[in-house]
Amino acid sequence: MKGNEAIAHAAIRYGCDGYFGYPITPQSEVLETLEALMPWDTTGMVVVQAESEVAAINMVYGGAATGKAVMTSSSSPGVSLKQEGISYIAASSLPALILNVMRGGPGLGTIQPSQADYFQAVKGGGHGDYHLIVLAPSSVQEMADFVGLGFDLAFKYRNPSMILADGIVGQMMEKVVLPEQRARRTDEEIREQCPWAATGREGRRKRNVVTSLELESDKMEIINHQLQAKYREIEANETRWEEIDTKDADYLIISFGSVARISTKAKELAEEDGLKVGIIRPITLWPFPTEAIRKAAEGKKGILVVELNAGQMIEDVRLAVHDSLPVKHFGRMGGIIPSPSEIVSALKEKLIEQA
Amino acid sequence: MKTEIIAAGFGGQGVLSMGKILAYSGLMDNMEVTWMPSYGPEQRGGTANVTVILSDEKISSPVLDTYDIVIALNQQSLDKFGPRVKKGGILIYDTNGIHKHPERGDINVYPINAMDAALELGNSKAYNMVVMGALLEAMEYKIPMENVVKGLKKSLPERHHKLIPVNQQAIEKGRTLLKKN
Repeated sequence: MKGNEAIAHAAIRYGCDGYFGYPITPQSEVLETLEALMPWDTTGMVVVQAESEVAAINMVYGGAATGKAVMTSSSSPGVSLKQEGISYIAASSLPALILNVMRGGPGLGTIQPSQADYFQAVKGGGHGDYHLIVLAPSSVQEMADFVGLGFDLAFKYRNPSMILADGIVGQMMEKVVLPEQRARRTDEEIREQCPWAATGREGRRKRNVVTSLELESDKMEIINHQLQAKYREIEANETRWEEIDTKDADYLIISFGSVARISTKAKELAEEDGLKVGIIRPITLWPFPTEAIRKAAEGKKGILVVELNAGQMIEDVRLAVHDSLPVKHFGRMGGIIPSPSEIVSALKEKLIEQA
Repeated sequence: MKTEIIAAGFGGQGVLSMGKILAYSGLMDNMEVTWMPSYGPEQRGGTANVTVILSDEKISSPVLDTYDIVIALNQQSLDKFGPRVKKGGILIYDTNGIHKHPERGDINVYPINAMDAALELGNSKAYNMVVMGALLEAMEYKIPMENVVKGLKKSLPERHHKLIPVNQQAIEKGRTLLKKN
């Protein structure tokens, strides 16, 4: 099935309580598949086509405040519209899942694949000091798996998770093993597991207030410190990445999402030319695998960062290695996908001929 | 064993659904599969292509430079992908509307006339299955017909399952086209 369809199936099977979205290419199959599967008749999951992206993210905010497992999905221009709501959800320390199947920008751009929303997803996007847990799938299987992982991390840390996919993994069809069907949590389970949620106190406890507003600066700074402490904990525990043959390599290619797979093919082609290339694929873009990249880069001749953008993740790679070796970028933009041989040519040109 | 295929033609000719049926047929044969469309805003009339990879190992890139098999259903696709067949690979093209034929000597070239064959069956809509028959015949990796039928069942909506025999017929017809050349 398609990556977008896998998201819909995985959401129902996770026991997701509600999906709120608004259609936009290249991720409309998420909403379409959910509507076709009609989970409201089986698990009781709510599926709403909202009047706009802004409405959808605020429905997510409301649902999350009651301890429900809720999600939304969109593509680049639509995710820009959601940023205010995402900042509020992060500030209120609420769990939620947001999917961005990126398309070429800026503006309305194209409908073809892109990775130009890296900065938006990883560095904030909305206003204020906050982070999303950002997962970058490179296969249809990971599209399915990261729904569960994204929700689990969101609830563990009371923090919104984002699946940052690109049009390739959204539209591509592959073999996928779907997770087992889980039951949605009961109201009692939510009360027990989410003591912070606005579930109706019925005289049992003090009022739970979910808000991102705190007019007293002293208190707001304390909230910020609490958020930062949580982010350090996530950085310590949840950094994920994949490495292929980095030990004996002379050069590293670092890329995320579907591009990492094109880079893997490029590595095979480069080996035919006698080059030793290793691959690093950050799976969590935040927290970023800084330590892993620093270690893998030791003794290497150079790093090529390949992205479907003008150079975004390369900044985090540079921070990781402190310019101790050449770090070059190769990217295509606007919806163009590089072929494996283009990546090999870029590696030779930027790291060998120009070195 | 890995087979890397691209099928390209006009939107509406059915290359995407042919690729889907091929991918599902491979899946039913326990292969790893990747189906990657070039999705444009056009549904009909523009160009469309789909990359299908069938492999007994994990598949890396869904995007490729060269292919084991290229299926070109119009001049534009033939010009673009004909030069990208691997040495010793296979090029199948529909001769309808082709004025500049391929001249490579280092690959196996199979011209077919799939539309006439589909019309002989009395069903122009089975065009893409005629093409798929030729493809299945040309492929070194042989998918058993029972798995192709399973693939058809899996990729067609249930209301169209009554058309499976027609599609099977078209596939068999397509196989004979290739044998002739």
